[in-house]
Amino acid sequence: MKIVNIKIPGKLSQKEQDLRVSFLRQLEAVPNSEKIKSCIQCGTCTGSCPVSYAMDISPREVIALFRAGDMESLLHSKTIWVCASCYACQTRCTALIKVTDIIYALKRLAMEKNIYPPHFPVYSLSQSFVKIMNSYGRLHEARLLIFYFMKTNPFKLFSFMPLGLRMAKRKRIAYLPSKIKDLKNFQKIIKKAEQFDMPRAVEEAQYLKGAVGYGAVDKKTELESKK
Amino acid sequence: MDYSYFPGCSLESAHSSYNDSMKKVFSHLECNLHELEDWNCCGATAYMSVKEVVGFAISARNLAIAEKQKWDLVAPCSSCYTILAKTHRYMKELPELKDRVNECLKEGGLSYNLKVKVRHPLDVLINDIGLDKIKVKTKVRLEGLKVANYYGCQIVRPEKGFDDREEPMTMDNLFNAVGAENVYYPMKVKCCGGMLMTTYEDVAIKLSKEIIECAINNGANCIVTTCPLCQMNLEAYQDEINRVYNTKYNMPILFFTQVLGLAFGFSDSELGINKNLTASIKLKGALIHQ
Repeated sequence: MKIVNIKIPGKLSQKEQDLRVSFLRQLEAVPNSEKIKSCIQCGTCTGSCPVSYAMDISPREVIALFRAGDMESLLHSKTIWVCASCYACQTRCTALIKVTDIIYALKRLAMEKNIYPPHFPVYSLSQSFVKIMNSYGRLHEARLLIFYFMKTNPFKLFSFMPLGLRMAKRKRIAYLPSKIKDLKNFQKIIKKAEQFDMPRAVEEAQYLKGAVGYGAVDKKTELESKK
Repeated sequence: MDYSYFPGCSLESAHSSYNDSMKKVFSHLECNLHELEDWNCCGATAYMSVKEVVGFAISARNLAIAEKQKWDLVAPCSSCYTILAKTHRYMKELPELKDRVNECLKEGGLSYNLKVKVRHPLDVLINDIGLDKIKVKTKVRLEGLKVANYYGCQIVRPEKGFDDREEPMTMDNLFNAVGAENVYYPMKVKCCGGMLMTTYEDVAIKLSKEIIECAINNGANCIVTTCPLCQMNLEAYQDEINRVYNTKYNMPILFFTQVLGLAFGFSDSELGINKNLTASIKLKGALIHQ
């Protein structure tokens, strides 16, 4: 791991300050997210992670980089996309830190800022998924794969042919999507839900934008003590 | 005993064998599974990561319908089970979310008041039906069959559910009761890679390979799983694993209901074992040699 985005230790650039506040806002939707302060850098998370070998920043380093004030590297990392969200790190963390949920928060923030690794298909996948859901109410696997490969890499569809044929032979492919009866009301529910954001699990706080380390997480207490 | 039943999308097509064997096993144990009226997709993780409230709302639609049916809701797919249970938990913990979701449900003439228990079929088999009854109902003792029990991530994590998070035992106890041998299998809750198969295929292939390799090294005849996605990754990608790692794996990957169904005397085709891509001959061989 290289710390690239910290020019002066202990001082955050404007961009970094803004990212930090956006990240902490994302965390507010996660219950007990303030436990991020309790990290002792023991590395149990990295040791438990089945995919840490493929990451550029290990789970332990994710917390360390946040503390050091380098959100930019985190958002551009391969780590947040390679995480399979198996929750091994989170269940084993001795300090009860919500490691996986923190990585999810970073993922959502990266999507919000339109930061994706080159040729990365996860966004197309969920878009295709949403499209199918809105028109049928149930997922149609064959259609999802076709939509997805048409958007990302149509040639890959051919490499799927042998497997597809084997599946078809054993009657494991549904050619027609199954549709729910009450689609109209289902769509109404989705339309209404699109207007809402997640409520906050922890109290909305005013963050110290310039604070490095865990200072920014200390929320109210620190602000009040300054008064 | 009566339960509402949420089959989920993948049990309608690629994993109809899980659906068929589930119904066979439960009716053999005198349990009625009532399919949830006009259920919709649980939303899976795809929706949760794009727009969380929409994810919760469509998942809660199923819970609202189940509330009308008044029974516990049984969801066999690990992903559906996790999402439905998570929706219930979040709505309980965050009253504000409950209000927002109910406001959405009202558009469809529904409401959810936290009265449904989301259950996994393993939980029902062990805790409601019980091993004693399962032993009585066993027609063919599976002596000689060596199973590696693969639980996957979603039914055991992140919250503590009906089984241990590091060393779950429900499937082990179940197969013990019907005479099969559980091999030593330290990979039982390791991740198979899940949806990484579509994004970072090389990583998912490696994870799946390790899960199969461990089962073979410990002498298992088959890997038994609870999750359609794990089943797909471990089974359909075995050719790809063999190509990349120069191995010759041909490991049957079965659902726990299929193995249980064999013990209850159902045939291969009734349980959908003939729909498997990898050989089930080994499994038959193990049974013949008893």
